[in-house]
Formats: sequence, structure tokens, C-alpha cells
Amino acid sequence: MHIFICLVVLLQKTFEKKNVYNLNEEEDLTHYGHSLADIEKLNDIVDSDSDTEEKGILSEELTASHFGGLLYKKNPAEQQNEEDKNPKSRKELVEELIAKSKWEKRERRTQRENTLELTEKLNSDWKEIQAFLLQRTSKSETQNQVQEKPKPDEYDMLVRELGFEMKMQPSDRMKTEEELAKEDQEKLLQLEADRLRRMNGDEQTESRKKPKHMSADDLADGFLLHKDDRPLLSYSSDKDDEDGKGKEEDSENKESEEESGTETEASNNPSERDANEETIVGKMLSKGKRLIERRNAVKEAAQLELPYLFAAPESYEQLQSLMLGRTTEEQMHVIERIRKTNHPSLAVGNKAKLEKLFGFLLEYVGELARKEPPELKTVDKLVVILFELCQMFPKAASNHMKLLLQDATHSMEEIIEEKGLLAFPELDMLLYLKIITVLFPTSDFWHPVVTPSLVYMSQLLTKCAVRTEQDVVKGLLVCCLFLEYTSMSQRFVPELVNFLLGILHLAVPNNEVQGYTLLPPFASLRKHSNLLVVCEKSGTETWQKQNISLHILSRSKGKSKIEMNNLRLSCVALCLDLVKRCAVLYRELPSFHEITDPIRMLLSSFIPRSVKYPVQLQELYDTVLEKLDVCRQYDPLVCEKRKPVPLKLYTPKIVKLLEFGRKQGSSRLEQERKRLIHKHRRELKGAVREIRRDNQFLAKMQLAEIVDRDSERKRKVKQLFQNLAQQEGDWKATKRKKF
Amino acid sequence: CSLSSLPQILVSAPPQAEDQEIILCAIRTCSRLFGALLMRGELFAGKLPSEEESIQESCSAETKYKIWMRHRYNSCTNCLGELMGHKSFPVKETALGTLMKFTELEAKHPLVKNEWSFNFPRELLQVVVEGLIQTDQDSSLLISHFQEYMEQDDVRFFVMKAVAENLGSVMQKAKRAPFPIYQKNAFTLISSIIMPSEEGEIKNFLVKHANQEEWKVSKLKEHRRAFERMWLGFLKYKLPGSLYKKVLVILHDSILPHLNEPTLLMDFLTVAYDVGGAISLLALNGLFVLILQHNLEYPDFYTKLYSLLDPSIFHVKYRARFFRLLDMFLSSSHLPAYLVAAFAKRLSRLALTAPPDGLLIVIPFICNLLRRHPSCLVLIHKPNSLAEMSEDPYKMDEKEPLESKALESSLWEIKTLQKHYHPDVASAAAEINLPLSEMEQDLSETLELTAFEIFDRDIKKETKDVPLEYQQARGLFGKKDDIFAEYFSLE
Repeated sequence: MHIFICLVVLLQKTFEKKNVYNLNEEEDLTHYGHSLADIEKLNDIVDSDSDTEEKGILSEELTASHFGGLLYKKNPAEQQNEEDKNPKSRKELVEELIAKSKWEKRERRTQRENTLELTEKLNSDWKEIQAFLLQRTSKSETQNQVQEKPKPDEYDMLVRELGFEMKMQPSDRMKTEEELAKEDQEKLLQLEADRLRRMNGDEQTESRKKPKHMSADDLADGFLLHKDDRPLLSYSSDKDDEDGKGKEEDSENKESEEESGTETEASNNPSERDANEETIVGKMLSKGKRLIERRNAVKEAAQLELPYLFAAPESYEQLQSLMLGRTTEEQMHVIERIRKTNHPSLAVGNKAKLEKLFGFLLEYVGELARKEPPELKTVDKLVVILFELCQMFPKAASNHMKLLLQDATHSMEEIIEEKGLLAFPELDMLLYLKIITVLFPTSDFWHPVVTPSLVYMSQLLTKCAVRTEQDVVKGLLVCCLFLEYTSMSQRFVPELVNFLLGILHLAVPNNEVQGYTLLPPFASLRKHSNLLVVCEKSGTETWQKQNISLHILSRSKGKSKIEMNNLRLSCVALCLDLVKRCAVLYRELPSFHEITDPIRMLLSSFIPRSVKYPVQLQELYDTVLEKLDVCRQYDPLVCEKRKPVPLKLYTPKIVKLLEFGRKQGSSRLEQERKRLIHKHRRELKGAVREIRRDNQFLAKMQLAEIVDRDSERKRKVKQLFQNLAQQEGDWKATKRKKF
Repeated sequence: CSLSSLPQILVSAPPQAEDQEIILCAIRTCSRLFGALLMRGELFAGKLPSEEESIQESCSAETKYKIWMRHRYNSCTNCLGELMGHKSFPVKETALGTLMKFTELEAKHPLVKNEWSFNFPRELLQVVVEGLIQTDQDSSLLISHFQEYMEQDDVRFFVMKAVAENLGSVMQKAKRAPFPIYQKNAFTLISSIIMPSEEGEIKNFLVKHANQEEWKVSKLKEHRRAFERMWLGFLKYKLPGSLYKKVLVILHDSILPHLNEPTLLMDFLTVAYDVGGAISLLALNGLFVLILQHNLEYPDFYTKLYSLLDPSIFHVKYRARFFRLLDMFLSSSHLPAYLVAAFAKRLSRLALTAPPDGLLIVIPFICNLLRRHPSCLVLIHKPNSLAEMSEDPYKMDEKEPLESKALESSLWEIKTLQKHYHPDVASAAAEINLPLSEMEQDLSETLELTAFEIFDRDIKKETKDVPLEYQQARGLFGKKDDIFAEYFSLE
């Protein structure tokens, strides 16, 4: 009984899944397929036919979709294409398909019946043996367990531990940048291909199925084993175990629910099946519709989705069109993808493309800043990209920046020649100046980009007229830039102090200048001299110290008085803050007093008397005055001693004469060539001489050896002769004795 | 008769586009007609009796005709003179051209029989000058067209005389309400006069006479006298500010050398020098010429010069000119050390507010001063004084250089400028760290340097590599301790 319930549950699961035409889950069916055999025995709850039939329909639909869909309309272009390929009429095709599927069905059914019969037989055989097996295994297991328990030996444990011990794995080589770029690009290529396909409306079918296992013996002849349908042979004992576990986990409630589920489904199934059999074509139609819907949805999604591959823009207009109507994040993605698809390691021309991209992005930043309101968030994100590009191509980036500065300065020069005073530049230029601080080190003594931009900013602070509050904010922004440029290197900027003095002067109601001189652009203010004076009390109460929004710079006028007053107060506060920073920055300079004297005079004598400022501002004002009051010692200057210059020695200048008696007038190269030839010849001669000497020496040595050997030989011969003579002498003497 | 109505057409024609053509035609007709009459001598010459008289008088019909014709001619020239104030430029130009043509013809065929043999139609030129110096509209374009006639020496001479007369009569009238436009036009005309510098150059005449050398027009001295009278007449009256500057700019160069007695301009220059500001700076140049070449004594010249030094000298248009003069005035090695020191110290104090282009002038300038006057080297080298001062002994507010205690001070300002943001300035200022070299620096190149040129120079400097920021960017305001993040927001 237990087994039975279990099986039912399992079956139900398979059914649930099958009812949904989910191809992906087909492997589940195979996984539990082994149960089908048992079910067959139990009065055939499952009708495999329904299963296969559905399958058949599905495959038909699928094939239909492969052909571009038969029963629904397609766009004419596509249709034409396909008709070119298959000249058969639609009707024929449908018939063919139906016939084919039916044939397949029949084939499969017979096959299955065969296997079922065989498994039945096998099962009955197995049952007989099973009883024995079960008993035995359980017994042996218990015995084993008893025996094994006292066993663990220390040595064994150690060995095992050592065996299992983590060993240092050889780590993979770090991927090089090119490889990474390549991978990135491949990934994007893949994604892009996907996206394009989806955009064109091709349903993904083949690839959605899990890749089929290909046997090594596969002949690729199109013969397929339908694994999915084939029930696995299995042992009920295994099943028992597995299911038992599952059941313990499942609650009782769920079981009952599932049971009821199966029942309803079982009742539903046959009718559905009938319907299927009766109106295949109709079903296909409706399914087709659904498919179209689904496809359209995907299509839309694909269109919304960003493309994965981007050609690098060739002109600024191209970039503009890429960016148009996209959110900030999408824009970032686009640029990121452009960068990846055009990584310099992938192709030769990519470097130039990305360098151009830098220029376009800069231009784009300008455009964003000129918008109303400026899209500063996007600019903020773009800066990071600019930075990265700049790191890749410093030279090109600096050239682009220089070009921008040059254009700005030249236009300024022209305007000045025409009018005299000019207006502050728009937000875009100010942002460029800010971006320079992000891209390049501003503390260098000389820098190809930073130094010109400093000169440019100095021009802004001395030549631009301050007529409105916006001008004041822009001017203060340039002051901030100056401070940022010079804060690291602690460099002195006279224009900055002048400008801050002028701004503070604007905040003082009475027009007389006492004890300090105003310089351009404040020298001739006339009607603007009270620009920052807060006339009414209305603003002062509501004022809070807060950051000034950059949007003010591009927003047209039309603000309430309170707002204006607030802005004025903010400007004064910012100005005071900057004065404070300057005071801290310049404290070490020898003429700190002389530099800050005008400001101190202005602050101490005018501001507190004239205006009632909010408390916060008053405090700030006090701290600024405090910072400005620094006692300094003046030490008289002393020159360093110059190193003694060595006396000039009148040694004759030696001119090397290369060759005597020859023409000296030829060119240097020629002379050099001749000299080398000469040298070569001499060297050659020398070498030959050396070789000859070596040979002579060798010959001498050889001769000496031979002479030695000869004399030796002669000596030996002599000796021999001596011996012989002696012998003969002896012999003669004995002979004489005999006689 | 149609002849009598011609001048009427000229005057009464309403100034409209199609009528402009009519006027032009009329002018041309007049030009041809009276030109031919003048050539043929068909105009009455000599003292002209009035029209009524001539009719009554008993003389030949021919004479009567000539007299009548002469009257027509006179009214025609008057009309042309008026037409020089016409709205459309072609009319003005044609009128001018016609009048000058008449002048030429009249000079050859004189209408006035006089005893002495040198004739010139001065009345006609008077009409032309009156037309050129208008009181109500800017006639600079017409004057530039008139330029070609003034290449002829006799024309120029008589124009100068006519201008002097015209100035006298008009400005007398305008005593209460000055005519700025008139003065401007007059200035345009008289400043465009190019005087000959030698007598030998005077040989280009409109009218040729038999004994040319005896004519006063060919005397340089006479030319100069006329020139002098004209300018003095012009400068006698109060000038508007911009014109004042313009006069001072060209004074030393194109006026003073051509005067018989340049000292006559002394009063004008001293007054200008006392005005203050840019006008004083400009008057310096003329004064300098007078002092140098004409022995002008100017009391407290250096004190005045010292007081001219204020922060604006770095921002005025005539900066280069001023520094060149200042260099010249301070070039004498006989100047007392205190004076030079005061100048050097004051300049260096002013340098604290100067833009980089000004600094590149003033720092080498100060160094040159110290080189020229070694006694001032204490300003940068004071080895033995141990006393530490709590403040700078130099008094900036003191008007007298002697009282300013400059010699007790040091050039801390230059030391400060060694920290200047611009590398060129910083290295220029660093020169005082070591004993100065013997050779003076050449200022002529830097004097004309503008900020834009500095910019161009910096940006065109070629570099091998561009140093980069190593801190990873995190956004526009993403730096560590970003000043912007503190004061500005992106929202």
C-alpha cells in the first residue's frame, strides 16, 4: 500500500508537469519513468498515449515554428523567403506533417508495448529473488556495523587524514588583459546574437532544450533513442527508500492534497485527450496564436533591451543617437559595451576609435551640461568612464582637453577684442575644468593640460564681468577650482584673493572703497556694486547653510525674493569659507599679511556694522577673521651663495684630423664611412698579420718538435749502434780468448 | 532754364533711395558742366558783382552770362558742401570728389585775379573742410577717403589752415555746449595728417607754379607752423576722456616732432600728468620727450611717478608702454638708492595682485633694477641683520619715496611669488634666491606678452608623456576631500 501511494504521488507529479507543455521538464519523466511499469500493472492509470500524443502535437508545433509558423500570418518578407525555399503549398505541408507524426506515434507505441512486456517479465522474475536478497543484505549490514565500530585505528586515521588533507592546488594562470577582453567580447557577441535573434522574432527552441547527450557510438545518422519515453528498469526497494525519505519530509496535508490533485487530473485528462485527438488543427491554431503573442512579447522585450554590440561611433552625431532617450544606466551600459567590443587588443584600429570616443564623450558631457536642466548625474557617471579611457590613452585625452581649452580661450580672446569685458562661460566649460582635476594631477609644477587651464581660469577671474548672482556663483566656482588645483601644491593665486575681495565688496552696502583697491572685473561696477547686499530681512531667517545647486547656473531667472536673498547669503557664506581656506593655505607665505590685508580690512570694518546676518554666518565670519589674524615674523632675505665659477682655461681646442692628405671637405657621413672603411681595412690587415704570425709560430713549434724527435731517434740509433759495437767487441774479445 | 534749377534739385531732393540716384546724376552733371566751363574760362573771374547789379550794369551780354554762370557755380559748390552731410555715403563721396575736382580746376584756371602769382582756391577748400568736420555725424569714413588728396603738399597745407580757422569759429560758438562729435571728427582729420620730415620731401603739388621754390607752401617751416597752430587750436579746448587718451597716445610720436616749438605743449602735458590714472601714464611719454630733448624741468617728477604706481598698472591697456618708460626713467645710474629701492619695493608689493602676464614683466623688471643699482641688493640680501621684525618696515601709504623706508625692508613679495601657480612666474621669482647675474634681462619680449600668448605658449609645448591622476575616479565630486562636494550639489 505504501508503495502504491508513493507511486501515485510520483505519477501525479509527472502529470502536472506534462499538462504544462514544458519541454524542459521532460527529463523528469524519464527520471520517474520507471514507475510507469508498475502503474501498468495497477490497471493502467496512465495512458501513455495521451502523453505521446501531446508530444506529437508539440513537436508538430515546434516544427511548424521552425518553418516560421504555418497557421498564422507572418510578415510578408519572411514568408516570401521561406516560400522560396520550400515550394510546397501550405496544405501539403500540413498533411505531410500530420501523417508523419501519426506514423511516429504508432511506431513508438509498438516499441513501448514490447519493452513493457519485457519489463513485466523481468519484474516477476525479480520478485522471486528479492525476498532472499533483502534478508541477506540487512543481516550482513548489521554485522558489519557491529564489527566496524571498535576498529578505528590511529594509524589509519592519520593516513586517511593525510590522504584527504587539502593540498595546494596549482592555481590557474591569471588571465591577461587581452584574454579578458576577448572573453568579454565573446560574451557580448553571444548576447548580441541572442538579442538580435530575439529581436527578429526567432523563437529559441533548440538551444532551450538541454543539450542532448551524444554517445560516442553515435553515428549521427539521425537515429534517436527516445530516452524520454523509455521507462527505466528499477527495483522497488530503491524506490521505497527514496520515497520514504521524501515522505517523512512531506506533511500529511500535502499528501492528501496531491492525491486529490491527481484525481482531478485523472478525470480531466481523458476528456482533454479526446479533444486533442479530435481537433488537432484547431488546437494548433490557438496554440499558434499564443505563440505569436509570446513571440511578440519577446520581441518587444528585445527591442527594449540594449544591443550587446556597438560599433564605435565615427562622429559625434552617432554617439548622440546612441544616447538619445536612454536612461543614465543604459547609457553607461552602452558606453561600456562600446568599450568592450572595441578593446584595443582586439583589432588594430580600435585604439583610434576609443580615442575618438573620448573626444565624443567630452563633447557629450558638454551637451548634457548645457541642457535645461543639466543632467549632472549622467555626467557624474561619465566621469568615471572618461577617467578609465584617459588612463588608457593619456596622450589623446590630453590633446582633446587641450583642444577644448584652446577653443574656449580663442573665443574669449575674440570677444575681448570686440567688447572688453566678457561673460562667464557656461556650466559645461566649468565642468570640463573640474574634470581636468579628476583626470590629471594638478599638483605638478608644469603639466601640459593643467597649466594652460590655470591660465585660462586666471583669465576668467580677471576678465569676466560680474553682473548677476549667477555670475557670482560661477566666479566662486572658478575660485573653488583654483583652490582645488592648488591645494595639494600649496601655490599662491593672486587672482583668487582679488576676486574674493571683490565678491565681499559686493556684499557691503556702501560704495566707497577705503583702504583697498578693487581690480578688474570689479573696478568698474557702477550699478552692480550692491549685488550681494541683502536688502530685506525676509531671507535671513529662513537661510540655512547648504550646498549650492549647480542647476542654478543654467536656470533662467524668475525666483522669489526670498530665494534670491538665500542665494546671496549662500554666496557670501561660500566666499567667507573660501577666504578661510585661502587663509589656511597661504599662512606660510612670507607676505601673508600683505596678501590678506585688504580682505581683513574690509571684513573688520564693514560687514558687522552694515548687515544683520544669520547666526551661522556670523560664526563663520568670526572664524574667518580669527584665521586671518596670524602673527608672522619677517626675516630679512638672504641669498644663497653661488658656487664659485671655475676659471676659464685656455686649452687649445683639439680638432681631430681624420686622414691626412685626403679631401677633408666631404660630408660628415661620408667621412665617417670612409673612416670606417679605413679602419676595417686596417683591422683586416692586422688580423691577417696576426694569423700569419700564428702560423709561423705554429710551424716553428712543429719544426722544433720534429728536430727533437729526430735527435732522439739519432741518439737511440747511436745507442743501438754502440750496443751492437760493444756486443761485437765482447764477442770478438771472447773469441780472442778462445783462441 | 534748367541750369538754374540744377542746384535746387541737388538740395531739395528728398533723401530716398531712388532719389539718391537722381542726386548722383545731378552731381555728375554739375561736375561735367562746370568742369567744362572752368576749363574754357567761361566763368566770370575777378571780383563778383551781385546778380542784380550785373543785370543793371551796362556791359556786354557775354559778361552778363559769365557773371550769371559764376553765381550758379557758387551756389552749386555751396550745395555740394551741404551734400557732404547727406545720409547716403555715395552721395557724400561724389560730392567730395566733385569739390576736389573743382578745386583742382580752379587752381589751374583761377577765378580770382590777384596780384601775387600764387593762387589757391582757399574758399573752396574751406567748404570741403567744413563738410568733413561735421558736428552731428561721424565722418571718419569720408575722411579716410579724403586721405588721398592730402598726399599733395599744398592741399595738406591749406587744409591745415582751413581746419585751424574752422576750429576757431566752431569751438567759439560751442563754448557752452561742446560738440563731442565735432571734436572727434576733427581729431580724425588732423591725426590722419602725415607731416613731411624734410623739406626735400615737399614736391608733390596739386598746382604747379613757375617759381615753386619761392612759394611758402614749399617751405617746411610754414608747414610746421600751420600744423602747430592747428593742434594748439584743437588742444585749447577741453577734450572728452577717450579723446584725451587718443591724443596722448599719438602725441610723442606724430605731433611733438613736427612742431616748431614743442615746449608749447608743456602746459597741456603737465595738466594731463596731474589728472591721474591712465591719462597720467600716457602723458608720461610726451613729458619724457620734453624733458629729454627740450630741457623741461619737472619738479618732483619721481615722486609723481612713484604715486602713479598702483595695482591698476597691470590691467591697463598701455601697460607695456608704461613699463618701457618706467624702465627708461629708472635707467639712470645716478638715481639715489632709496628711490630705486622704493620703486622696487612698491612694484613688488603691487605684484601680489598682478596677473601672470604682468608678473612676467614686473619680476624681471625688479631684478633689472637691482642689477643696475647694486646698492639696492640689500633688498634681497641682508646677511648680517639679526633683528627679526614683526612687520614689514616699508610704508606703502607714504607718498614720498624717501620716507617709505624701503631700504630697511626685503622683497618678501618676490619670495612669496616663488609659490605662484604659474611655473614661469615661479621660476622667474626664484632668481632672487641666488646672487643675481651680471647681465640684465631683456624685457622687450615679455613687455608685449598677453595672457593669451602665455596660454598659447603653454598649450603648444610638446611633451613626451602626460602624467595621469592615479586616484581612481569615483565621479565628478568623488575625490577625497573634494572642495566641491562641500559647497555644491549636483541636484
